Amino acid sequence: MGKYIVRRLLQMIPVILGATFLIYAMVFALPGDPTAGKCGERPCPPAYVAKFREEHNLNDPLLVQYGKYLGKLAQGDLGTSFYGIPVKEELAKRYVTTGKLALMAVAWETLIGIFAGVLAGIRKGKFIDNLVLVSTLLVISIPVFVIGATLQMFLGVRMGLFPVTVSSQATFYELLLPSFVLASASVAYIARLTRANMVENLRADYVRTAIAKGLTRRRAVGLHTLRNSLIPVVTYIGVDIGALLGGAIVTERIFNIQGVGGFLFRSIGARDGVAVVGTVTALVVVYLFANLLVDLLYGVLDPRISHD
Amino acid sequence: MTTTESSSVAATRGEARRQATADSVYKPKDGLLLEVDDLFVEFHTDDGVAKAINGVSFDLYQGETLAILGESGSGKSVTAQAVMGILDMPPARITGGQVRYCGQDLLTMPDEQRRKTRGPEISMVFQDALSSLNPVFPVGWQIAEMFRQHRGMNKSDAFERAIKLMQRVQIPAAKERVKAYPHQFSGGMRQRIMIAMAIALDPAVLIADEPTTALDVTVQAQIMGLLQELQEERQMGLILITHDLGVVADVADKIAVMYAGRIVERADVYDLYRQPAHPYTKGLLESIPRLDLKGQNLAAIGGLPPNLMRIPPGCAFNPRCRYAQPLCTQDRPELREVLPSREAACHFSEEVLNG
Ligand SMILES: Nc1ncnc2c1ncn2[C@@H]1O[C@H](COP(=O)(O)OP(=O)(O)OP(=O)(O)O)[C@@H](O)[C@H]1O
Ligand code: SF4
Ligand SMILES: [Mg+2]
Repeated sequence: MGKYIVRRLLQMIPVILGATFLIYAMVFALPGDPTAGKCGERPCPPAYVAKFREEHNLNDPLLVQYGKYLGKLAQGDLGTSFYGIPVKEELAKRYVTTGKLALMAVAWETLIGIFAGVLAGIRKGKFIDNLVLVSTLLVISIPVFVIGATLQMFLGVRMGLFPVTVSSQATFYELLLPSFVLASASVAYIARLTRANMVENLRADYVRTAIAKGLTRRRAVGLHTLRNSLIPVVTYIGVDIGALLGGAIVTERIFNIQGVGGFLFRSIGARDGVAVVGTVTALVVVYLFANLLVDLLYGVLDPRISHD
Repeated sequence: MTTTESSSVAATRGEARRQATADSVYKPKDGLLLEVDDLFVEFHTDDGVAKAINGVSFDLYQGETLAILGESGSGKSVTAQAVMGILDMPPARITGGQVRYCGQDLLTMPDEQRRKTRGPEISMVFQDALSSLNPVFPVGWQIAEMFRQHRGMNKSDAFERAIKLMQRVQIPAAKERVKAYPHQFSGGMRQRIMIAMAIALDPAVLIADEPTTALDVTVQAQIMGLLQELQEERQMGLILITHDLGVVADVADKIAVMYAGRIVERADVYDLYRQPAHPYTKGLLESIPRLDLKGQNLAAIGGLPPNLMRIPPGCAFNPRCRYAQPLCTQDRPELREVLPSREAACHFSEEVLNG
């Protein structure tokens, strides 16, 4: 187990290097001038442009720029954005918000998704099953932008049940609706995944054994069947945490949330290479750790998987 | 396992059984445990109605081993599942008959009352122990669950009992392996665990549905031996389901041969072996490989078992029967006494018996 973790951690290094280099190269190749628009309506004075390019190593060849960046990265420095703000500070602040949003989304997924899936699975072919199947299909096929804007309009603006936008404090109450919107597609997917697994496992031999042991139906279904059906679901949720922490660009824009996704979006628009690379690097690292966690969890949930 | 341990296990079990029978509302009369009476089961599927069981009757007494024999699809497992009350309904439908345990009809019993008979009164071992054990729970936990559900025992007591049972079914290092998972055991050991679980609450009736089919020949004999030993020790009524006559020959007292959802012959093991009264039984016996006839072709029964959605009229076996006469396609033969304490469902049993 320990060895496995060390091996996985070592494997992350080339992945992080590769990912950051790719992003770096892409940002480098982006057309446009990072100083454009920095000096109001007029183009910036040449002296300012020269100083700016010097400060951000923009005159060096790609590999040299990247090398210098890596040197700083190794010291834990994600660089300073073109706006003069240290990327690390900005990210740290925004990660609190995005983290809250992601965790609440996962809570929705777990609660509603699993509940609906189990209900549909044990009532296969009945009304509730069809209801779950149709409504999840609907949710999956409607873009999150439409779901978000609609709910914001009706529950927020018209009925006034929820705040329409999220302040920089990002309170629990403010994030209720956005996190639900963010989770909607995954809720639907998890409901379907849980249902499919329940239906399949209810036919399994060990469930028949559980009934033959004289266990209550509640125990045979709620413990023996569910425990096995949740293995792929928990795995999916784990992977999804990684994706959600990557920032929810659309949801954050709808509700004006000061999160990581919005920051990335803005930085790309501003040709702010340092900010983009720093953010993506952080995302890659978060994603890799989430994945490692999922794999470890998988080993815990399914004793047949061994990490030796 | 030391002798003191084994005798203490035996002592606790004798105690447990006495206790169980004293507490139990089910008391066998004259040793009669189970009466299956004219049972009918159908499967309603999109393709049509499969008549899987068509009037099966048999009795089971304390300390008796009944083997149920038949080709694949003859309805052995469905019979067992109907007795256990674990048929999937739908698609299954019990369309007739009774299953009486100690005189009480299980089929009309309230669900909760019936549930409580599974485990303490009637218990079952399945063919494939790997898929029949839950992969995500330790084996000891799965055995202990019997005590927790039915006896309300606490965790550590239940685990103690699980270890004792694992020792009883001769699992080496039971104490160390009680927390291991099913996939960490060999096929034979897994089947022992299934057996330990099934006998945990000292059931009066144990049904073993092809308990050795998935195992090596040497392991098969060990498992059969263990089942026989437990059956004698606890005076259980044992139903052994098999499609292999050779496997049960030494263990069974009585044999019921099934074909297309009916019992076509019923006899003591020895009589049946010596002199089958039904052409189907005769065909089965001739298809057992024998050492003294090595090299000769097996006279397997030609043809296939009937489609249960279109069972032939008259005797269901007639398309494959070498004794068949015109009568056989018109009149269905009922199970009748062809010799003292021998029953067969064939119009021409006398001819079969004579050669
Ligand atoms: N779940 C089911 N759905 C539909 N039909 C079924 C089902 N289970 C059993 N049957 C029908 O019942 C018949 C008898 O099945 P059963 O399992 O009792 O056979 P068996 O004698 O145990 O055979 P085997 O030796 O293969 O285990 C099958 O041929 C099939 O047509
Ligand atoms: S009744 Fe006829 S067809 Fe059926 S087993 Fe006897 S002889 Fe064969
Ligand atoms: Mg079977």
